[in-house]
Amino acid sequence: MTEVWITIAGLAVASAALKAVGPLAVGGRELPGAVYSMIGLLAPALLAALVLTQTFTHEQDLTVDPRAAGLGCAAAAVLLRAPLLVTVLVAAVGAAVTRALT
Amino acid sequence: MTRLAPYRPGLKAGVGFGLAAFVVGISFGVLAEPLMGPVAPIVMSVVVFSGSAQFGSTAVLVAGGDAATAIATGTMLNARFLPMGVAAATALHGSPLRRALEGQAVVDASWALAVRHDGGFDRELLLGATIPQYPAWVAGTVIGVLGGGALGDPAALGLDAIFPAFFLGLLAAELERPQAKAVALLGGAIALSLTPVLPPGLPVLLASAAALLGLRGER
Repeated sequence: MTEVWITIAGLAVASAALKAVGPLAVGGRELPGAVYSMIGLLAPALLAALVLTQTFTHEQDLTVDPRAAGLGCAAAAVLLRAPLLVTVLVAAVGAAVTRALT
Repeated sequence: MTRLAPYRPGLKAGVGFGLAAFVVGISFGVLAEPLMGPVAPIVMSVVVFSGSAQFGSTAVLVAGGDAATAIATGTMLNARFLPMGVAAATALHGSPLRRALEGQAVVDASWALAVRHDGGFDRELLLGATIPQYPAWVAGTVIGVLGGGALGDPAALGLDAIFPAFFLGLLAAELERPQAKAVALLGGAIALSLTPVLPPGLPVLLASAAALLGLRGER
């Protein structure tokens, strides 16, 4: 149980520090134009990485499991311009049904 | 009232994000309760407030890992908050303490909403969108801890598909910019190809290198 509390304390400090470094170092300053070109593209790079790793990986293994079916349902919802909450719920139903059937 | 007006668009979007955070929070509570008991998961959601780090570090502990490994895993899973924080920092002003505190509002959904296609950043959207998500995340964890037994297996309910779907919805809004599709493909390819060889979290951090494409051909 102490391991749990050490983990919680350590992650609280580390997480706050990671989020504080940028604002402390840069804080409202103007940056070179090239930096803004990159920052505008950070979102698609990071979001695509999160989508794929959270669907197709388990720890360090690449896997295809019912989460992929959920993501497919979410993609259909996105193409139909569904709101974010609907997209998320459709994905959960898609994954749950696939898991129940397989 | 007028002082609150700039935050309204963010708050409005944040309610939708908050509903998703609530559902994911429930699944965290359900997952963590057998390992941690009822109090620790709630404390964790209060002081860490990060789904990916909480799920990742809990998985390490469940598998028998020690605290140092769990902290390292959670920290690497959150390493993307470093570049995200730099992006947000361009819009944060005031004393260092105030900037560091406002930087704590950086969570994936709010950040993606607040970063503009030209690389600028909207502080009010960030703060407004995070405000509903924090209590929703904590409340979801409480419900998950208390009602976990009744809900059953989070995977059977498809809750593990919620996170990627959530990020896909955010990604779709980003793809209008000309280079965004190429950057998304490259970022995704980097993350998947590095997954077998690097610890969890680092492949996602390194995917941010795909944004370097922005240095080419832009103007």
